[in-house]
Amino acid sequence: MVVSAPPAAATAEAPPAPDPRDVGGPRQPMLIAERLTKHFTLRGGSPGRRAVVRAVDEVSFDVRKGETLGIVGESGCGKSTTARLLIGLTRPDSGALVFDGEEVVASSGVAVRRLQRSVQMVFQDSYASLNPRLTLQETIAFGPRVCGDSRAAARERAQSVLRLVGLDPALFARRYPHELSGGQRQRVNIARALAMGPRLLILDEAVSALDKSIEAQVLNLLQELKARLSLTYVFISHDLNVVRFMSERVLVMYLGKVVEVGPVDRIYDNPRHPYTRALLSSRLSMNPRERRTIPPLAGEPPSLIDPPSGCRFRTRCALAEGICRAVAPALSAQGEDHLAACHAATPGSGHGAVAA
Amino acid sequence: MTDRALELAAPETPRSWVRRPASYWGGVATRLARDPVTLICAAILLAIVLVVIFAPLIGLDDPYQQSVVRRLKPPGTPGHLLGTDELGRDLLARLVYGGRTSLLMGFLPVLIATLVGGTLGIVAGYAGGLINTAVMRTIDVFYAFPSVLLAVAISGVLGGGVRNGLLALTLVFIPSIARVSESITMHVSTQDFVDAARATGAYPHQILIGHVLKNVVAPILVFASSLISISIVIAAGLSFLGLGVAPPIPEWGLMLSTLRPAIYVAPLNAVLPGVMIFVTSMCFNMMSDGFRNAMDVKA
Repeated sequence: MVVSAPPAAATAEAPPAPDPRDVGGPRQPMLIAERLTKHFTLRGGSPGRRAVVRAVDEVSFDVRKGETLGIVGESGCGKSTTARLLIGLTRPDSGALVFDGEEVVASSGVAVRRLQRSVQMVFQDSYASLNPRLTLQETIAFGPRVCGDSRAAARERAQSVLRLVGLDPALFARRYPHELSGGQRQRVNIARALAMGPRLLILDEAVSALDKSIEAQVLNLLQELKARLSLTYVFISHDLNVVRFMSERVLVMYLGKVVEVGPVDRIYDNPRHPYTRALLSSRLSMNPRERRTIPPLAGEPPSLIDPPSGCRFRTRCALAEGICRAVAPALSAQGEDHLAACHAATPGSGHGAVAA
Repeated sequence: MTDRALELAAPETPRSWVRRPASYWGGVATRLARDPVTLICAAILLAIVLVVIFAPLIGLDDPYQQSVVRRLKPPGTPGHLLGTDELGRDLLARLVYGGRTSLLMGFLPVLIATLVGGTLGIVAGYAGGLINTAVMRTIDVFYAFPSVLLAVAISGVLGGGVRNGLLALTLVFIPSIARVSESITMHVSTQDFVDAARATGAYPHQILIGHVLKNVVAPILVFASSLISISIVIAAGLSFLGLGVAPPIPEWGLMLSTLRPAIYVAPLNAVLPGVMIFVTSMCFNMMSDGFRNAMDVKA
């Protein structure tokens, strides 16, 4: 399973050839997250009354084959915990993951490992995610090695993925992480993920720490790799412009919940959830005449230890009414492929803003 | 003109013009070779160790042979290059044979404590949770006592002698090595690169060997090597207090103790064992500093 670059001309127009590893067919989502929940118990206090952080609370979504799903939200909204749940670094308290039609069972069977390898992740901190004592080649070859590749095959593979991310193995294979720039290091992290032959790549703030020109280069590289290797991306970022550039669909999270999900243009042009609207209006405009003086949203997000009853956004929401305190809104259809969890956008919810 | 500039900006695959060491240890050797202080310290230690090991072969006097008439002869006396001690024994012979005991007391406890404490610490740091709590709280009990006091207490209970001295020193060093190992391992195993390795589906032992140990062993070894000098000094202290080596066995600390009353009569003779302790422990310390720098791939 050597990554061979298909001829550039062929990839430019033709649709990606069906992946031989495809089990469920093109309509089967690559990954389905079903009511994923992860609560962290804080230390301290008496065992019966320890505080629980509801980092991710019944989050459901799917990632379709070949798409880029952007996940946005403030810090602490559960983006990174969701990423760790998807890749299996954190075990969910409840909920299920279905990868290409196969359920990922929460036990350490061989099948789980195989599935795990189909999902890889690129971390935000390009330096901390590379072992400082290993050469780049050793770091990249580690994954294939533990999968049973021979030493030579793993080295071969490391060099081929280095080439794939635009780093010449003759120059870089034997370097150490501290000898590289941030952009080069992030390319190595991408190469390390690709060495496992993944079908789904989770990019957790993968370009956020890079400066803008390097960020653009790495984003272009990611787009190119996606087309060449028919990858699927989950792109997590707080940078709304980058998410818009990268994604086909966007998922908005607030305090461990999905508040809105839909095609990128619908989310950006016609957001239905007041939190999404606030988030989008927090972007800076390029036009100095459109300078913003009033913050779109006041205050800090409430604590995850004791989230508000009903709708979690109601404490900061201009539209909040009695119903928002009493009932947690479910995701409801807002047009084709567009869901939002807001009473004010759901007819029949009892909210004053919509006809009963 | 512009074309030319572009050509220069993007050369075709350059040969690697920076010479790269073949391996990690090759790099360590290259960096060590550029550090004269470390090399000199290592050379002094090597000389001391060789002399001490081959002591019976270099034609020294009997370190136990006493002579009432030849007491406290100054250094340079014919037949006694470094003079004699308070019982007329040849000081050079006693220093060399004393070095055998002292170096053994410095090296062996640290070696055993590194194996035991290092293993405990790495396991505790990597496993975390209950195992960590169990191991580290037990270690904390020992850590509550100052190391010299603990050594004195243990050898006080066990009695004097080389073997009990070694045991006491080993027990003294296990907690500190375990604690250092645990905190380094804990720090390393919470880094993103360990998560990334976990995401490849590697088993815990593969991650431990492939990623964690490489980052942990060098700092632990450096810390341990800095303990050798402390071990020599504590061993000397035990002997000085009459708890370690029993007379007439030569040992630097014990010699310092028995020569102490002669400090006004024959200061040079009295100071010599102390000089040996100082030189040896300082060389160990500076060498471990040098090794720490050489083992850092960023240097």
